[in-house]
Amino acid sequence: MNELSADLNKKLGEAVERMPAFPKSVQKVLELTRDLNCSPKVLVQVIENDPVMTMKILRVLNSAYYSLPSKITSINHSVVFLGLNTVKNIALSIAAIGILPKQNAADFDVNQYLLHSLTTAAIAKHLCGKVGGADPMDCYVAGLLHDFGKVVFAQFMPEQFKISLEKCQEGEMSLFTAEQDAIGTDHTVVGSMLAEKWQFPQPLIDSIRNHHSEKAGETAMGACVYTANQISKKLEFGFAGDARLESLPPAVAKHFGVNINLDTLISSIGEAELSKILEQARQFSQMDGS
Amino acid sequence: MKVKFWGVRGSIPSPRAGTVRYGGNTTCIEIRTDNNELIIIDGGTGIFPLSQTLLKELPVTANVFISHSHWDHIHGLPFFIPNFIPGNKMILHGAIDPVSGRGVEQVMDVQLQYSYFPVREAEMKASIEYVSLSPGQTVQAGSATVKATLLNHPVVNFGYRVECNGKSVFFTGDHEPYSNIYSPEDESYEEYRGLIAAQEKMVFDAMQGVDVLIADSSYTIEEYPAKKGWGHGTFDSCMSMADAVGAKILYCTHHEPTRDDDVLEREFAKALARHPRSEGMADFRLAREGIEIEF
Repeated sequence: MNELSADLNKKLGEAVERMPAFPKSVQKVLELTRDLNCSPKVLVQVIENDPVMTMKILRVLNSAYYSLPSKITSINHSVVFLGLNTVKNIALSIAAIGILPKQNAADFDVNQYLLHSLTTAAIAKHLCGKVGGADPMDCYVAGLLHDFGKVVFAQFMPEQFKISLEKCQEGEMSLFTAEQDAIGTDHTVVGSMLAEKWQFPQPLIDSIRNHHSEKAGETAMGACVYTANQISKKLEFGFAGDARLESLPPAVAKHFGVNINLDTLISSIGEAELSKILEQARQFSQMDGS
Repeated sequence: MKVKFWGVRGSIPSPRAGTVRYGGNTTCIEIRTDNNELIIIDGGTGIFPLSQTLLKELPVTANVFISHSHWDHIHGLPFFIPNFIPGNKMILHGAIDPVSGRGVEQVMDVQLQYSYFPVREAEMKASIEYVSLSPGQTVQAGSATVKATLLNHPVVNFGYRVECNGKSVFFTGDHEPYSNIYSPEDESYEEYRGLIAAQEKMVFDAMQGVDVLIADSSYTIEEYPAKKGWGHGTFDSCMSMADAVGAKILYCTHHEPTRDDDVLEREFAKALARHPRSEGMADFRLAREGIEIEF
């Protein structure tokens, strides 16, 4: 696996600080923060539905400054710790950066990307609820952030990312292999390096890093994120650049029982639950903000 | 250890006939160690009369701790007279603002600007040092140790526990008891309940067994529902907290600015009646400008 150079790591970290969040959540945050008595749970929900806002808020909380005995992975925990108004104002300062443009030079559809991230998050949380061994909300956040590297590429290395996307769509190779060819690294490395740089909890870093590797099976969280990603792809809930399905490695599948494959897992979650997950994700990924 | 109240009013200075007994100055507490070292918690308007008394003991080293950056806890700082006299030293401690990313120096910077105050920080003659604290951090101030604990307010707020020679005092700054943002039927209710319980335990551990607890009791329980989320406690919440942490004396402070002395005493008495005292339980008192206790 290609590691990021220290220089690239630093540059990407700084770039992400300036990175805007998704249109719907920016609009909702601006709307909520105009109301002195805004509903705390609605604000939490808006942040939890935006990978950029979630990443940035967890970054503040997990920084060395707070030297927390245990790392913070949930927005609810952030609100308990820092207070609602402070989280609200951090969200407002992120919203003030602007909105993630719908069009980018990589032709990467950020709307479909968000839909894929949100459904992966919700499915990972659901799977975790079934098998245990991890905190369901941690699995949600790991699912939400698993492809964060891609949106970073689309924003800051669009030419090379575009080449990767095209190669992948031509059917030659998986997107992460194409990224390694064109960029010298891939979205699992970039996403996990940013999470590591910002001192996120190790299981979260590992889940981002291993979501295309059988090493995902080393933890329940890793297995849930790996599997949720494949389920979201199989059901075509959104699209994050690579339609190719990967079968569950035995180390991952064993978390869910014997003779498990994607189809059996999908039917065990059930159509009603999956439709609900898709519908909720759609509400948050609409680009027009309606 | 000695503790003296120089400002006990919340939100805004409130001098008038009706507040003359308890005082109209905003938050400022002077603490003296057994070696007479000076610790000041918060720079509300009470810091101005305090600073005038320091002129007879120059040069002074003032270990100032800011609970949080709201005006009523910092707006006396520009009038801290020893800062204008060479040879004095102020060590200003406080939190980093997670929104601006700036340290405690921000509370001076925002006030000492041309449009708002005639003297720039660079023109002040004393040595001014800034120490930005992390939650849970303990620092030495003379012979005392001071530990910062993150409490619950609409801006980052530290409660401070000052310990010296086996004696201790804890000041909350502004603090509202934690409450669940979810309803019992919400999926996240239990998760949030657990997070609050853990956070409250951390806060209570920091106050445990303190000799003197000074706590934000802005509201009555009747007023509180309309002020929920504003970041302040009630007489009743402070009394329950003092009992829970085994404090010996509780001083209720941050008096609501519109509350006249007679009403203050009446509301305090009503809360006291709801928390009957018996032998060995904490003594509940109202903080009043000018009173000093030694313990």
